[in-house]
Amino acid sequence: MSSSSTWSLHRFANPGQFLRLSGAVLPYLVAGALVLTAGGLGWGLFFAPADWQQGDAVRIMYVHVPAAWLASAGYTGLAVCSIMSLIWRHPLADLAAAEISPVGAGFTALCLATGSLWGKPMWGAWWVWDARLTSVLVLFFLYIGHVALVRAFDDPTRGYRAGAILALVGAVNLPIIKFSVDWWNTLHQPASISLTGAPTMAHDMLWPLLISAIGYTLCFAAIVVARTRAAVMERRIRGLLMAKAAADGGA
Amino acid sequence: MTRKRRRLYILLACGIGLGSATALTLTAFSDSLVFFVSPSDIAAKGGNGRTVRLGGLVEQGSYQRGAGGATFKVTDGNNAITVRYAGILPDLFREGQGVVTLGVLQPDGSFRASEVLAKHDETYMPQEVADALKKSGHWNPNAGPPPPASTWNSLTGKGGG
Repeated sequence: MSSSSTWSLHRFANPGQFLRLSGAVLPYLVAGALVLTAGGLGWGLFFAPADWQQGDAVRIMYVHVPAAWLASAGYTGLAVCSIMSLIWRHPLADLAAAEISPVGAGFTALCLATGSLWGKPMWGAWWVWDARLTSVLVLFFLYIGHVALVRAFDDPTRGYRAGAILALVGAVNLPIIKFSVDWWNTLHQPASISLTGAPTMAHDMLWPLLISAIGYTLCFAAIVVARTRAAVMERRIRGLLMAKAAADGGA
Repeated sequence: MTRKRRRLYILLACGIGLGSATALTLTAFSDSLVFFVSPSDIAAKGGNGRTVRLGGLVEQGSYQRGAGGATFKVTDGNNAITVRYAGILPDLFREGQGVVTLGVLQPDGSFRASEVLAKHDETYMPQEVADALKKSGHWNPNAGPPPPASTWNSLTGKGGG
């Protein structure tokens, strides 16, 4: 460990440093999350134009698409934490991974529910088993499985280890979700927004979507940071109580 | 450090193994992973009496509503198949729209559908843009997809972001 203490990442992985840093950042994160999410969704739900075909049902997109992005992005975060946990055994990465999966499951559930609400009036079906919908459902089950597995062991370290392996095996699903609409023909439409091409969406629909996407991202980050802070503090209190019990028992 | 290095290599090896196994599996099963087949697929392979999903665009000028239900042609540009359907069509159904129909290919070459789903494409367009495009003659919705979105905003003079 002595050689690695010079390595900068370990400094931030120190739980004490994390509590100080995250405590300073969290209020701004929460404020930004609330303002941007409310602004983006308010713009999208009340002021953005209706689609020429979908009518007002297009507004579900402002809730659905950012939730879908965050479902995948959150899982990417979970996979990164799992790599750090398995290779470097960061205690903070373990705690963060355990706190990411329930939040990710919530965003994925929101994505699936709003997608279903849009699908019935537009496609004519609440649900179809095409590659995109099925792979996102698998993502939801991976999140739920991670939530359960991490908490299923008496020894938390074994739970974190097992959860990290599950999360990394499940990461193979991420490119499948992203490219399912390109590799196979699906009922779900392909991406309207890409890094390489121009968006196939009017500007006055694109802006509220991007703003609510940033808002959702900050929301996700704020919830995870707050939960991880709570987990670090809980672990500290448990350590103090055990030390106190040991001291009382010894005295 | 060596232990961490070793764990990193084990993880990388597992990742490569798992990734290639998944890629091979998905490639092998790609025929059954598609949600629908195109009219050209059916023309090449035949229907052989099985229930399949047929997907494509509703051909311009092919939609007719009769006593026995709706009749329209589903095309992918190369081949077109006549679809007969007795149920309620989804709101988004129109000529030029993508649809996915579930049914059986009949001996006479038509397709008897028990379900018709509308497929929405990745284009999101306000009503006023659609009206402007149609009025200016840039786009006929029955004929195919609209021009790229980058050209719309100059049309209406609004929403330039």
